[in-house]
Amino acid sequence: MTPTFINIGERTNVTGSAKFKKLIVEGNYTEALAVARQQVEAGAQIIDVNMDEGLLDSQKAMTTFLNLMAAEPDIARVPVMIDSSKWEVIEAGLKCVQGKAIVNSISMKEGVDIFKAHARACMRYGAAVVVMAFDEAGQADTAERKIEICTRAYHILVDEVGFPPEDIIFDPNIFAVATGIDEHNNYAVDFIEGTRAIKQTLPYARVSGGVSNVSFSFRGNEPVRRAIHSVFLYHAIQAGMDMGIVNAGDLPVYDDIDAELRQAVEDVILNRPQRHNVSNTEYLVDLAPKYKGEKGQVQVANLAWREGTVAERLKHALVHGITEYIDADTEEARKAAARPLHVIEGPLMAGMNVVGDLFGAGKMFLPQVVKSARVMKQSVAYLMPYMEAEKEAHVAAGGAYQAAGKVLMATVKGDVHDIGKNIVGVVLQCNNYEVIDLGVMVPADRILAEAKAHNVDMIGLSGLITPSLDEMVFVAREMQRQGFDIPLLIGGATTSKTHTAVKIEPGYANNQVVYVLDASRAVGVVSNLLGDEKETFKAETKADYEKVRLAYGKGNSQPRSSLEEARANKFKIDFTAEPPVAPSFLGLKTFSPYDLHDLADHIDWTPFFATWELAGKFPAILEDEIVGEAATSLYKDAREMLAKILEEKWFEARGTIGFWPANATEDDDIEVYEDESRSKVIARFQTLRQQMKKTREGQSNTALSDFIAPKGTPDWIGGFAVTAGHGEMEIARAFKAKGDDYNAILSTALADRLAEAFAEALHKKVRRELWGYAADEKLSVEDLIAEKYKGIRPAPGYPAQPDHTEKWTLFDLLDARARTGMELTESLAMTPPASVSGLYFAHPKAHYFGVGKIEKDQVADYARRKGWAVDEAERWLSPILNYVPQLGL
Amino acid sequence: MNRIERIAALKQSAKERILILDGSWGVMIQRRGLDEADFLGERFKGHKGQMKGNNDILCLTRPDIIADLHNQYYAAGADISETNTFSATTIAQDDYHLDLQAVIDINREGAKIARKVADEWTAKEPNKPRFVAGSIGPLNKMLSMSSDVNDPGARLVTFDQVYQAYREQVAALYEGGVDLYLIETITDTLNCKAAIKAILDLEDEGQEALPIWISGTITDRSGRTLSGQTAEAFWNSVRHAKPFAVGFNCALGADLMRPHIAELARVADCLVAAYPNAGLPNAMGQYDEQPHETAHELHEWAKDGIVNILGGCCGTTPDHIKHVADEVSGITPRQIPERPKALRLAGLEPFELT
Repeated sequence: MTPTFINIGERTNVTGSAKFKKLIVEGNYTEALAVARQQVEAGAQIIDVNMDEGLLDSQKAMTTFLNLMAAEPDIARVPVMIDSSKWEVIEAGLKCVQGKAIVNSISMKEGVDIFKAHARACMRYGAAVVVMAFDEAGQADTAERKIEICTRAYHILVDEVGFPPEDIIFDPNIFAVATGIDEHNNYAVDFIEGTRAIKQTLPYARVSGGVSNVSFSFRGNEPVRRAIHSVFLYHAIQAGMDMGIVNAGDLPVYDDIDAELRQAVEDVILNRPQRHNVSNTEYLVDLAPKYKGEKGQVQVANLAWREGTVAERLKHALVHGITEYIDADTEEARKAAARPLHVIEGPLMAGMNVVGDLFGAGKMFLPQVVKSARVMKQSVAYLMPYMEAEKEAHVAAGGAYQAAGKVLMATVKGDVHDIGKNIVGVVLQCNNYEVIDLGVMVPADRILAEAKAHNVDMIGLSGLITPSLDEMVFVAREMQRQGFDIPLLIGGATTSKTHTAVKIEPGYANNQVVYVLDASRAVGVVSNLLGDEKETFKAETKADYEKVRLAYGKGNSQPRSSLEEARANKFKIDFTAEPPVAPSFLGLKTFSPYDLHDLADHIDWTPFFATWELAGKFPAILEDEIVGEAATSLYKDAREMLAKILEEKWFEARGTIGFWPANATEDDDIEVYEDESRSKVIARFQTLRQQMKKTREGQSNTALSDFIAPKGTPDWIGGFAVTAGHGEMEIARAFKAKGDDYNAILSTALADRLAEAFAEALHKKVRRELWGYAADEKLSVEDLIAEKYKGIRPAPGYPAQPDHTEKWTLFDLLDARARTGMELTESLAMTPPASVSGLYFAHPKAHYFGVGKIEKDQVADYARRKGWAVDEAERWLSPILNYVPQLGL
Repeated sequence: MNRIERIAALKQSAKERILILDGSWGVMIQRRGLDEADFLGERFKGHKGQMKGNNDILCLTRPDIIADLHNQYYAAGADISETNTFSATTIAQDDYHLDLQAVIDINREGAKIARKVADEWTAKEPNKPRFVAGSIGPLNKMLSMSSDVNDPGARLVTFDQVYQAYREQVAALYEGGVDLYLIETITDTLNCKAAIKAILDLEDEGQEALPIWISGTITDRSGRTLSGQTAEAFWNSVRHAKPFAVGFNCALGADLMRPHIAELARVADCLVAAYPNAGLPNAMGQYDEQPHETAHELHEWAKDGIVNILGGCCGTTPDHIKHVADEVSGITPRQIPERPKALRLAGLEPFELT
């Protein structure tokens, strides 16, 4: 049986390593940690830490180093040996290790009472102990003394203190041999024999020792010292030595030592009879210089990763959180790259994505990820001066000066959508702008307070739903009121140049408001606003918006119908010829959870690419000459993530639908009844009617209520609320926390697609089974996307009913909050963000349309039906008003 | 029964059957819809800042509710109920600006409330004595994890401060009459070691020794504690407490917790205890796992002989506990394995020299 021998790393010891001492005294803890890491990589199974140095506050150095080591999982994975001759230092160390450590050492040097007290404390802290063979009379040198002291100590510990014998490790003292003093010649033998006796007579106790002492007289001749260590250990281990403080990566294999040297060493260690005309010691001393020149063995530290390409090395450093080489590797990557920025966009981002994957797969854990972020930071910090210099050189060469600016971004209060904002943020950051992202649902006062606190160069507001437009108007006015003088950027799906020009810009005169169409324009806009030509840019924008406002004013002069005329020209359905079909059941049905796999098959990918600003129809887009490659790569990532979403259940889909008896009223409402008696109205859906002048025969002024039969003919309406977003915010946040914006955005975009697919899948089920008015429908996914089916599912806030507040009615009827966990913000955004809700109209003549702009008469009528004041109606309907309301400000 | 007799009864019961711990307190308190005035009571009227959310203060301001919850859980079949003192340390209560006296009072009164209810049940059902575990929760400040991303060595508290805070809590729980200590939801083993040292030191100073139950938390699929330790490394790091029981609770539902409990069952030569959450929370932070589902999973564990104590953490209710108690009743508890003596150490990973 080969005895097990435990290597204890010795290089994190200021008494044993001059290099480590220098690092600690200088306070270079980063390098000092690298020493510890190298020890573990070289095979040390325990790390000995010793800070006993007169120049140091040893207690503080012990605390600092152990706390730092705790943050390095690849070092902290092994137990620590807290090594000091001062109990205060040991105790300070015990207060820093969460694992079970070894205390090195305690002894009876200062009497039995103190020995017992220290042993008890070690039990209370939960540590094993090294007991030095030392008593009141001094250190044990002979085998006999070693055995005597260790036996006494063992019995005190086990019998009197109750110390677990398996947690006792004896250090019977390794002393230097070959010192020239004859009494020292047997020290190695004494240790070996002492060890043998201890192991045989003291059950469960272990033996350790500081190996380098034995060769102390050969200091300066490392090859000979290593040979002595190797030979000494060979024999001590045979005798039962369990562990030793050694430089694990550094020892030659016993059999590999040159035979002549090995025999000379062995003669000294084992104190064999002299075989030459000089003593064993003298013989070895004479032989030693011959081996001095020998190159030290190659470090066994695992540095194989240093052989890789610079990109691989950066990745390795990021994944393993190693900062030691990061500056050099960053420098190498910088030299190879056309621009310093490309290092960030290329290998660093690639490396960070790997980190994100490993974390997601449970292969890395929190402290490691924190470390990766630190490596990233350090690399970026290294690149910063070069990016600055690049700009200066650019200027010196007569180029336009492009300041790196600070942009504050936020999705406004009441809105939860942030894909677009995140993409803009990443694009800006990649162009060396500092982005302060406040997230979603950020109230105006916080936006402005943070903008002041960070002294930003501009603010960017984002929003997807129409009520966000009002909030943006409010933010702009607040900026004016508080005397801001920085540009304001407006972006997001419902925003428009027209709205920006007409509604937002007039409220903010201090500086310029700029509408940003999409992320690809963001850098251009921001650089224009911060560059030398900024005044020109602002003036041009101002002039442009003035034109937009004029055109908007002219738009008002298009021929319009009064509400009365429009109602007279409603969309007429012959409900006798095509009678309404009753649903298969009335009331609610909940799908919670709904199978995500089924939804994945229903995904409409075209809008997914649009999210990423890749234009084209799926699947043709994958072959597209320009964006094909990017689309293919994105699609691949998306499919991979989708597979994971399904397999690992990242998201949960929940939905509810309902069918109710309903009839339309004369004034464009849809009454919803409690039951088929149609006697009790439980809700009203208010609809809006088109008011553009329809002149051609057969053209009508449509409202959704036209698709429901008037009273007298039984008809029904349905509603739905679905979400695939339970979990999406957490997933996205997790990605973002790891600096992985790409996957954060990807996951959010996929959640959106799944929610849309859910709405689509459920609509199909409704048509074929649940309502069942189109039981024999047979359509392909392409046909479905092309909406070649009967019946519609318009959503509140979209063109056929632009009023988001209808969601209140819908959510109440559907009991959607309780059944799906969906909520509405004060601006009627649905949470989770990947949610869809709407009404079901079953009639074959029902179709999608846009209400367009509406007139004051309809707004007044709508306010009456809703029970609102007119200005409240104007506020909710502001995006579709065909007139400028009197602002109540 | 006096405390010595109760502890003997506890140890005897553990040999005979799987013991049942109570379930979540947070969700039960939340359901009461208490307002700020309930939390403040008379004693803390006009207290600085918000008190709502500080469930532990209810030991002083709404003892009726706390007694009722103990009562509900004992009625559901729990052998052991925890004091409502999860965050009752000066460090954790600093968020609510509570002083040492208030913290001591919470622990002592919390223990007394539980003691009274437990004794009533024991009187009623002498063949099923009820026990009180003094809940010693984690802190919002950790000793092994950096408080600052840019300075991995940074710590917001020292070992001595954590030790002192736990020492005060332990002494007050003892005084209030608990039967055992439950150091629970351990995210950082070093914090736990400070609590262990506080208990052991008090005992060295003459306080009667009570059983110690140590319950760590495996936070995610990495299979590690938040401070990075594996299950076995965690066990090696706390074994010096000579615990009555060791186990895991919180963060995971029963399905995801099982492999880690199985690992402890293999290495720990004391009772093994588990009280998982009612599954993973949904996106709204609520727990959907139904009582019969939790019970079904834990029944499997019991059958497979990997546990001695079962209960529930976040999201579980008296109904969950009742189902669990019914399902595992009559099943033989795990046999404590004899492990060969060996030098066992730990960093983040275990070390064993055999």
